Amino acid sequence: MTQPSALTVPTSLALMESHPIPEDWRHHHLLGLEHLTASEITLILDYAEALHRATENGRKKLDLLKGRTIANLFFENSTRTRNSFSLAAKRLGADTVEFSSSGSSVAKGETFIDTAKTIEAMLVDAVVVRHSSPGTPQMLSKHLACSVINAGDGPHEHPTQGLLDILTIRQHRGSLAGLTVAMVGDIAHSRTARSNIWGLLKLGAKVIVCGPATLVSKNWEKLGVEVSYSLDKILPRCDVLNLLRIQFERQAIRPFPSVHEYTLLYAMNQERIKKSKDDILIMAPGPINRGVELTPEVADGPHSVILEQVTNGIAIRMATLWLLLGRRLDAR
Amino acid sequence: MHTPSSWLIENARLIDPSTGMDRHGRLLIVNGRFAGVDVCDADLPHEVERWDVQGCVVAPGLCDLSTEFGEPGREEDETIVTGTRAALAGGFSSIALSSNTEPPIDTAASVEFIHQKGARADNCRVYALGCVSKHQQGESLAEIGSLVEAGAVALSDGPKPIENTGLLRRALEYCAMFDRVVFDHPEIASLSRGGVMHEGLEQLVLGLSPIPAEAEDLSTSRDIRLVEATGGRLHLTSVSTSGSIDLCRRAKARGIAFTAGIFVANLHMNDTMLRSFDANCKVNPPLRSQDHVAACLEGLRDGTIDIISSGHRPCSLEKKMLEIDAAPFGMIALETALSQVITHVIRPGILTWCEALAKMSLNPARLIGVSGGTLQTNAPADLVIVDPERKWKVDATSLQSKSYNTPLDGTELYGVVLATFVEGRRKFVSPSVPKPSFHSSLENVQ
Repeated sequence: MTQPSALTVPTSLALMESHPIPEDWRHHHLLGLEHLTASEITLILDYAEALHRATENGRKKLDLLKGRTIANLFFENSTRTRNSFSLAAKRLGADTVEFSSSGSSVAKGETFIDTAKTIEAMLVDAVVVRHSSPGTPQMLSKHLACSVINAGDGPHEHPTQGLLDILTIRQHRGSLAGLTVAMVGDIAHSRTARSNIWGLLKLGAKVIVCGPATLVSKNWEKLGVEVSYSLDKILPRCDVLNLLRIQFERQAIRPFPSVHEYTLLYAMNQERIKKSKDDILIMAPGPINRGVELTPEVADGPHSVILEQVTNGIAIRMATLWLLLGRRLDAR
Repeated sequence: MHTPSSWLIENARLIDPSTGMDRHGRLLIVNGRFAGVDVCDADLPHEVERWDVQGCVVAPGLCDLSTEFGEPGREEDETIVTGTRAALAGGFSSIALSSNTEPPIDTAASVEFIHQKGARADNCRVYALGCVSKHQQGESLAEIGSLVEAGAVALSDGPKPIENTGLLRRALEYCAMFDRVVFDHPEIASLSRGGVMHEGLEQLVLGLSPIPAEAEDLSTSRDIRLVEATGGRLHLTSVSTSGSIDLCRRAKARGIAFTAGIFVANLHMNDTMLRSFDANCKVNPPLRSQDHVAACLEGLRDGTIDIISSGHRPCSLEKKMLEIDAAPFGMIALETALSQVITHVIRPGILTWCEALAKMSLNPARLIGVSGGTLQTNAPADLVIVDPERKWKVDATSLQSKSYNTPLDGTELYGVVLATFVEGRRKFVSPSVPKPSFHSSLENVQ
C-alpha cells in the first residue's frame, strides 16, 4: 500500500477554493441516495474525482479535515467499507476511532442509540454507521448532533456504494444517461441495489433488476425499473452488469433450490460474456462469491472493473466527508 | 371527596346506540343507574349534582376488547392501575384484558388475579380474557371450563394468532358449550414471520421484512370456514386488509355468524408512516397501504366490521428505542381511540355518531355478555361525555398510560373526553372542566 507523504497544505488550500462547499448544499447527514437530487449526486462524483487527483492517487495526504474525528461504528462485520472510510478520513487529515460490535442491541443489553451517544460524547464530528437493521442511521440522526453517514443499513441503502458504482460507470462511459444497467441477483436483500437504483434513475440510466422471482419483486416496476427473471434475455441489451452477492446470512429461508441452480441461471461466465456487448462493464460490490455470481475468469477478465470500484470507494468517501464536515470548522 | 349519588347531566346531546336515540336532552343518574331521559323537575331526587355540559355528546361508556397491559409480568409497560386510568381518560368504562401476560391468563387463579387487581384499582370495569391454549403455546386447549367458571368473558391467545388449525376447530367446538366467543387474530405466521411492515412498494423501498396481506386473508378464510363447520362463536379481533374484509362481507351475506373487529390505527394510518423508521409505527396488524385503509373504512361503513377496538399495546420506552427490527409490536391507543374515530370516521361522514359509538360500546359489550352500550333506565350508569368540536394535541408524555409508544404524538385530534362515569360515579374528569361551582351542588329545592 502507498504511504501518504507529508501534509500538503497548499494543495488543500487550493482545493478549498476550487471545490468549496456549495451554498445550497444543505445536508448534514448522508442517509441514502433516495433523497438526493441528480445535481447533488453529480456534485459528489465531481468532488470525488477532484479529491482523488489532489491526493495524487492516494500518495498524498491532505489536511482539509485536520482536527476532525470520524467514528466508524460498525454493528455488522465489514472490512472493506470500514477500511475505505478510515483511509478516506486519514487522507483528508482527520482522525478516526473504531468501534465494532456484532449482533443487535438486544443481545448486548445496551441500545445502539446509547452506544452511539457514548461514541458521540467522545466529541466526534461524524459517525459512519453500519447496521443490519434498516433505518438505524435515520434513528441515529435524530438522536445525535454530529453527522451520520450510512455505511449500509440492512437491505435499505448503502449510499457510498451506490455512488462509487456510478462513478466507476461514469469514468468509463462519460455519462449515465441512456445506459442500460442491470442489477443481478439478490435484489430483495440488497442495499447496494436500492442505492444504485435511486442514483441511476436520477442520472437518466435505464435500470433492470434481474434474478430469481423470489428475490425480485414486481413492485419495482412501479418505480420505472424493468423486472426480468432471465439474465440471458436481457444480456444483449446491457451496458453494465452489477452482480450482487447472494446474501445467505439475510435469508431466513433459502429463496432458490440450490446454489448450483442459481449459478446455472444467473452466474456471469465466459459463455455469457460472449453473448454480451463488446464493451460491457462487469461490476460487483463485493465481497464476491467466486463461482456463484461470477466465475474467476470474468472477475479477473478485461470487462471487470471490480478493483476500480474499490479505489473509487475511497474517493467517494472523501468527497462525502468533505461535503458534510468541510463547512463546520468551528461547529464544536 | 364529595361523591354525589345522583347526577343530572343537562343540555346534552344524548346518543344511545341501543335505541338509536340521538337528540338534545338531559339525563338523570340515581344510585349508579340511569334513571331516565328528560325527567321533569318534580321527579328529581332532593339532592342532585347538576352538570350543564353545553351541548356536548353524552353516550354510553366505551368498551374495549383488545387491551393489553402486561401485568402480571411486564409491569414496566403498563400496570392495571395505570392502564385503567388511561382507559377512563379515553372514555372507556369497560375493558377486557388480553391474556398475553407473563405468565399468561390460562388458569382460574390468574383470572382471579386480574379481577382483584381491577377491583383494587377501582377505575373502570376490568374483565379478563382467558387463553385458548395452555400457556398460550398454541398446542393444546387451556382449561377453558375453569377459566369461564372464574369469570373469563371470552377466550383469546391474542395478539398471537391461533396458528394450529386443529386447535382452533376444537376451541370453537369446546367454547360453544359455555357460550363463549373465541377471539382470533387472523394471521398465517408462516407467511408473516420476521415481518416488520405491510408488504408493498413502501416496504420494498425501505428494505424492511414484509408482512403480506395474504397472511391475513388466508387466516380469515380458514377461520370463517371453521365457524361454518362447527357453529362456534368467533370474533376476528383485527381485520386490516381489503381481501380479509371482503371475505367477511361475503360470509356474512351467506348468513355465517361471527364478528369482525378492527384496530383504530388501521382506520387512518398507512404504511408511508414507516418511512420515519419510528418503532412506534410497528404494529400488528401492520399499517397497511392506503387502498387497504380505504377498504377498512368501507367495511366500517357497510357494516361488515362490527367492532372498533383500541389495540392498546404499551411498550416501555427502552423497548421502542431499539432498532425497528428488534422492537416489539404495539402502540398505545386507549386515550386517543375515541378522538381518532371522531376525527377520521365520524367527521368525514363515514359513520354517524350512533353507528360509531355502537361499534365502540354496544357491540363489544354484547359480544362478551356484559352490561353497557345503553342509556336506558335501570342500566348501570356507565357513560362518557365528550366535547366533539374541541381539538387537542396528543402529548405522549402527558397521557395517563405508563408507556409513550404512540406515533400520534404531536398530532391534533378532534374530541376531548370531559368525563367518564362508571356505575354512576364520575371516575374521570378532564382538567379542562371547571370545578363545580357552589351553586350547582346545592340541594334541589322545589
